[in-house]
Amino acid sequence: MSEASVIHDIGYQRYTGPRLGRLQVLTAMYVHGLRAAFGFGRSAKAKIFPWMVAGIVLLVAVILAAVRAQAGIVALNYVQFADAMSWLVILFVAIVAPELVSRDMRSGVLPLYFSRPLRAADYVWAKFAALVTGVWLLLGVPQLIMFLGAAFTTKTGMRGVWNEVGDLLPAWAYSVLWAVVFAAIGLLIASLTGKRAFAAGGIVAVFLMTTPVVGVLSILPSTDAQQLSGLASPMTLVAGVGTWLIPASNIGLDLGRFGVVYLIEALALIATCLLLLLARYRKVASL
Amino acid sequence: MPVSLIVTDALTKTYGGRVTALSDLTVTVEPGVIGLVGANGAGKSTFIKIMLGLLAPSSGSVRVFDIDPTVNPDQVRARVGYMPEHDSLPPDVSAAEFVTHLGRISGLPRTAARERASEALRHVGLYEERYRQIGGYSTGMKQRVKLAQALVHDPDLLLLDEPTNGLDPAGRDAMLALIHRIGTEFGISVVVCSHLLGEVERICDSLIAIEGGRLLRADRISEMTAASDVLAVEVSEGTDALAEALTKLGLTVAREDRLLLVPLESDAAYDRILQAVADLELPLHRLDQRRHHVAELFATKETADV
Repeated sequence: MSEASVIHDIGYQRYTGPRLGRLQVLTAMYVHGLRAAFGFGRSAKAKIFPWMVAGIVLLVAVILAAVRAQAGIVALNYVQFADAMSWLVILFVAIVAPELVSRDMRSGVLPLYFSRPLRAADYVWAKFAALVTGVWLLLGVPQLIMFLGAAFTTKTGMRGVWNEVGDLLPAWAYSVLWAVVFAAIGLLIASLTGKRAFAAGGIVAVFLMTTPVVGVLSILPSTDAQQLSGLASPMTLVAGVGTWLIPASNIGLDLGRFGVVYLIEALALIATCLLLLLARYRKVASL
Repeated sequence: MPVSLIVTDALTKTYGGRVTALSDLTVTVEPGVIGLVGANGAGKSTFIKIMLGLLAPSSGSVRVFDIDPTVNPDQVRARVGYMPEHDSLPPDVSAAEFVTHLGRISGLPRTAARERASEALRHVGLYEERYRQIGGYSTGMKQRVKLAQALVHDPDLLLLDEPTNGLDPAGRDAMLALIHRIGTEFGISVVVCSHLLGEVERICDSLIAIEGGRLLRADRISEMTAASDVLAVEVSEGTDALAEALTKLGLTVAREDRLLLVPLESDAAYDRILQAVADLELPLHRLDQRRHHVAELFATKETADV
């Protein structure tokens, strides 16, 4: 027998290489979550829904870019695009948030995480960052496509391109706001149940239920009530902050003098959701 | 001086001040394969969670590798692999991918995590199947994946909570053999929790028995069974006569159904028993030396169902 054909049982090898710190572990968790958000590393079945939503959003962006390039009509600007896609964003969050947190709860994998040098807070931050990035990509990439379409067909040269950049960057920031608000709410709801279908239904329900409240408030005779009505639903809340901070966005909400109230509520909402999530996982981690 | 693996001092855990899970547990554990035995609800899982820093003790102290897990849980957890009792695997990923991911969460760099995941799965005997989705695995294979994920980051101590749960007898034997191999060949200390005393005593160096959160006994298995070898004698007829003869020879004889159990104090006793059987011309059916099961040491207390 030649020496090459001998199989050596080298037995158990101790690991002497480097062990990474908390930040890198958190990053690994984040990358894992972001991949899972789009079904990478999962079965084909897990890719269907996120990519269906992403496909529709991309398609809309391509059509908008094409219409603008061919006919010169700006059907939706970057900020309006994000608003117009709001229900698809909700759908995406309803699909992905349970995938990120409910799934871990259902399969009982959390004890395996929390018996490692990973804190509850690390887990929450990694999952939150992954979902925020996922939602932001869902909006940001189509916005980039619209930008590229506009930039390559602009008739005013570099100045036109710079104009577009000036429109795109605030819109990207606006998409970040969408992502942060929706990820915070979505994760909080999804963390309450191990059943993915319940979590998804719960997320959609929260957004669905709050919309009529806005409708009712907005037809009250008081102008103040009308101007504050958007606070009742996360969607109009985000749109309100966008309207206030990006005057060129033309979202079409009348906030009166209450713009800052929208911003404060948005920040408070994000902070509350994250604190509740942390509290939730502190409890889960000790079990 | 080598550091003791686990040292507890008057460790107590009560839930809400009413339910006592652990009560005044003082024990020092040296490296090796350690059985943690007690009936369901005796406080085994609580003890493990305290050692991992997942639960804070109500009073008393615990040190693992001379580190206090309540103060520095990360340092302890980095060196410990934990296999929980309950199902803890996602069905829709492959074992290789799952164990790699958990290796990364333990702080291994990407390539090292992948290599060590393959190695860990090979050691537990799942090398060929590692790219299949876990959902399609048998219970035995799932238990092996759980063991592999506890092993992936090369811990110094494994905490295994009921590793043979749900396994058939052959699966139990295979799992126990694997744990024994990890403890002896891999140089990793193992704490095996079980409510089945009979199975852990086969593979453990030492044993901690707890009941209702209290320490019953903690000692090396060899200490527990030392000088307790007995000879079982079975004759087809004349059992009573033989018992009488042996008693006359100054041996203490115990009856167990048709067996006579005689403690073996010396090698000479063996010959004397044989001689006694021959003198009475009894048809000898069986004559075997057997070790006391640890269970018999607890027989009066009935700590565990064996």
